[in-house]
Amino acid sequence: MALRTLITKNPLRAAAPLASRGLQTFSLPDLPYDYGELEPAISAEIMQLHHQKHHQAYITNYNKALEQLDAAAAKGDAPTVVKLQSAIKFNGGGHVNHSIFWKNLAPVRAGGGEPPHGSLGWAIDNNFGSFEALRQKMTAEGAAVQGSGWVWLGLDKEFKRLVVETTSNQDPLVTKGASLVPLLGIDVWEHAYYLQYKNVRPDYLKNVWKVANWKYASEIFEKENP
Amino acid sequence: MSLFNCISNQCPLGSSNKLGSFGAVPQLGGAQRRDKSRNSRRISSITAYYGLKSPPYKLDALEPYMSQKTLEVHWGAHHRGYVEALNKHLAKNDVLYGYTMDELIKVTYNNGNPWPEFNSAAQVWNHDFFWESMQPGGGEMPTLGLLQQIEKDFGSFINFREKFVEAALTSFGSCWVWLVLKREKRCLAIVKTSNAINPLVWNDIPITGLDVWEHAYYLDFKNDRAKYINTFMDHLISWEAAAARMARAQSFVNLGEPKIPVA
Repeated sequence: MALRTLITKNPLRAAAPLASRGLQTFSLPDLPYDYGELEPAISAEIMQLHHQKHHQAYITNYNKALEQLDAAAAKGDAPTVVKLQSAIKFNGGGHVNHSIFWKNLAPVRAGGGEPPHGSLGWAIDNNFGSFEALRQKMTAEGAAVQGSGWVWLGLDKEFKRLVVETTSNQDPLVTKGASLVPLLGIDVWEHAYYLQYKNVRPDYLKNVWKVANWKYASEIFEKENP
Repeated sequence: MSLFNCISNQCPLGSSNKLGSFGAVPQLGGAQRRDKSRNSRRISSITAYYGLKSPPYKLDALEPYMSQKTLEVHWGAHHRGYVEALNKHLAKNDVLYGYTMDELIKVTYNNGNPWPEFNSAAQVWNHDFFWESMQPGGGEMPTLGLLQQIEKDFGSFINFREKFVEAALTSFGSCWVWLVLKREKRCLAIVKTSNAINPLVWNDIPITGLDVWEHAYYLDFKNDRAKYINTFMDHLISWEAAAARMARAQSFVNLGEPKIPVA
């Protein structure tokens, strides 16, 4: 249990240093709930594949790219360093985004789906008019993403306001603004919903709200916006 | 693929065109499309629509390599959705009326800053092309001229296959992989594109293509993209269709002089 807590607390920190150089590599964080606990909004089959196959693949490829980057940087091989950037952005981004995503979801028994109260609830009303308006905006923008990407509710630390943004492929939210902190992200890659919802992404978006973890979003919000 | 009804109170066939009825017909496509000052545009109601073209085989014909279920959803829902979206766009924006599909794609691509219509138009074309790039009993190898050209441009068929598979495996996100004949360079090449983009926008000639969006393989292969790609190469790809496209492409691209023996 302690080991599980260690891993879930810092999934983005090193889990296994590589040899003597001390390169930090990463490992798959555990989910804080069972695969089937988000049913019927998201099926157990999807959760398992998404976590064990997709997220794991991002981590494996990210580690590989980091090793190659390390070797190239040590040799002063600039062209290779530059060439590796897209693999790092994609796989590293995939790891970052999915690590957040698992925390953005929660079973109903753990408060999934319950709208935010407190300061985040206030901020949502101020920025978007109402929680319902935010929900509709994110749903519409998520449905409109062409191809693969994410839709985010983010906090702009600099301007002290909430924003809804979309990113393509595995670009993390920070690529849309250095001061943006992700509060809630929804994966709209087809692998996130296809087995259950097929091409009807709007249905997935409608249902994912039932397991959205606003407690976590509020925690992040309060930490970054005291 | 495109049909149109024209209810115009200025029927060009009735005009007093000195060339007679023969000469009047081109007006329907040409002048009416380009001449925006004509009042008839506002008075007449023109509806142009694209139809959903069926694949050249039954939906279960690609089993067990691509399931009927996948065809039903991929063609019946995704492809159909793109067609309907395209028609909705065209109904609203009659500047685009009368363009052929190729022209529509190039114009709406807008040199990399695409209009909203681009996604729908290009995906309609892409999927038509994709169904025709496969056949029951597909796979194996190309023959004759196409094989020769592949060997010339890639060294060997094995090398081409490796490069094609690698391109499909290393593409990020929702992508397509194409074998194209490049007009300027006059050689075959493998090209990766993302989302709806296809080689037509760079004026190259697609010979065959593979849909690597997740919806193309998820029901059959889940996350195992590699298995899907290899199944496509081994059992689905239609080299006959590719050869026919290659033959047509050669009317536009001169691939060199024939070898004429000296003696």
